[in-house]
Amino acid sequence: MTALHADAGVPVLDVRNLGVRYGEVHALDDVSITLAAGRICGLIGVNGSGKSTLFKALMGLLAPREGSVELFGTTTARARKQGLVAYMPQAEEVDWTFPVSVADVVAMGLYGRLGASRRLRTAEHAAVGDALERVGLDGLRKRQIGQLSGGQRKRVFIARSIAQDARLLLLDEPFAGVDQASEHTMTGLLKGLRDEGRSVLVSTHDLAGVPDLCDEAVLLHRRVLASGDPSAVLTHGNLALAFGAAPAAPLPDGGS
Amino acid sequence: MDVLAFLLEPLQYGFLTRALAVTVAAAVVAAVLSCWLILMGWSLMGDAVSHAVLPGVALAYILGIPFSIGAFVFGAGAVALIGIVRSTTKLKADTVIGVVFTALFASGLAIVSATPSQVDLMHILFGNVLGVSAGDVWQVLILGAVTLAVLLFKRRDLTLLAFDRTHAHVIGLNTRLLSALLLGLLALTVVVGLQAVGIILVVAMLITPGATAFLLSRSFDRMLGIAVVLTVTASVAGIYASYYLDISTGAAVVLCQALVFTAVYLFARPDGVLWQARRRAAARAGSGRLAAPRSAA
Repeated sequence: MTALHADAGVPVLDVRNLGVRYGEVHALDDVSITLAAGRICGLIGVNGSGKSTLFKALMGLLAPREGSVELFGTTTARARKQGLVAYMPQAEEVDWTFPVSVADVVAMGLYGRLGASRRLRTAEHAAVGDALERVGLDGLRKRQIGQLSGGQRKRVFIARSIAQDARLLLLDEPFAGVDQASEHTMTGLLKGLRDEGRSVLVSTHDLAGVPDLCDEAVLLHRRVLASGDPSAVLTHGNLALAFGAAPAAPLPDGGS
Repeated sequence: MDVLAFLLEPLQYGFLTRALAVTVAAAVVAAVLSCWLILMGWSLMGDAVSHAVLPGVALAYILGIPFSIGAFVFGAGAVALIGIVRSTTKLKADTVIGVVFTALFASGLAIVSATPSQVDLMHILFGNVLGVSAGDVWQVLILGAVTLAVLLFKRRDLTLLAFDRTHAHVIGLNTRLLSALLLGLLALTVVVGLQAVGIILVVAMLITPGATAFLLSRSFDRMLGIAVVLTVTASVAGIYASYYLDISTGAAVVLCQALVFTAVYLFARPDGVLWQARRRAAARAGSGRLAAPRSAA
């Protein structure tokens, strides 16, 4: 694993006054978010709050109507070409019957820097092995992905971004349908990646896990309702604004 | 009649060896492509492209140019037209596909009916594999080899596209270009398959082998291998069945593929429906026993 030398001044993620509309509906309105290297940021909001839209804008899947999105001080397209960004889909978006093995999926993280036929050489096979070992799945490398448990499935995709050596990880609801032990393992993995200087943006409505995992949080409801230190963001008043009158999940300790 | 004579007798006819070569070559290319087609959820696209080439084939016969050029132009044109209508309306993909391919198929029928003496509609629709010339064989073999080579060279990208299009985009691959490549290869495969089984039945060659292999595989390379072995077996069996039973060659080949699918559907372990039923029955019997007090663990 190479050491990461992030330019100190340039944020990993710099969203300014982003506005996205679907027809007449404002999906995102005047959203500004920055994230520095080596930070984990929780993106919190209800379904329909614009979390997925924001992810799409970060991945260059939709062009912003207003405002700008920069990753690593450049365009999203350049950042993608350089393999700096990794995305972990929600469980429902993945076809778990697809005939690919755990090692196949992890190897897909490397395709951006392989030759036209994407044939793996010795170094890449080793990178796949290292990534699988790190997430504790090296014994399951030949398993078809549908034969894994919920937590193992998530770790396959974390291993893919490790193999890719991505510096910004976008995780869409990584804790949905995952038991507590697996959530704990994943939290440890993500913190390890952060300590290497990588940044993680994780969308979630699992409020209880936020203070432990995240260095900062953004509360989204089409606009940014609050951002900063998790304890300052996750207040009763803010959550009432984001989730309606009653929070959808129990408040973590420290929310007041 | 001994087995060897049974197998060799049809091969003394040049038209039958040519039929065998064309059918097996077309079946292999279609089987390989079908693995991606069914994983992409593009089976209907295969249906559409194969029907949409009819005007191209008819015009090619009338103009005296190779049928493959006319077929490819209209196959690729149909794909482009579907893409354009899709992106400029709020209609769903299957609706657009339905409108475009029936329109093109109908214009093909109109062209054929206006020039009845020059084109044999039955041959285009249902294939004329027993009537292929040596020149047709070379067209099929060369186009088939090119299509197969490109498919196998780009197989990892195509699998990634089918499995996780968003990831492909995020690591900087051009997903539009890859989709266009796969659709272009689909059009080429249809052109290759036309001679063997005709427009109507080429759809079966584009879907059934992949579907059968999918039921039997947990890895993609294995799926490719199984699809090819099954389709070659079914094609050869179909040609012999057509010779000895005196039935349409295209129909015989597709029926053999359907028979293999049915056998796998019923009998394959562990997921065939008969094994599933047996497991359910065993589970019911087992739970009945478990309800009684157990004396020993």
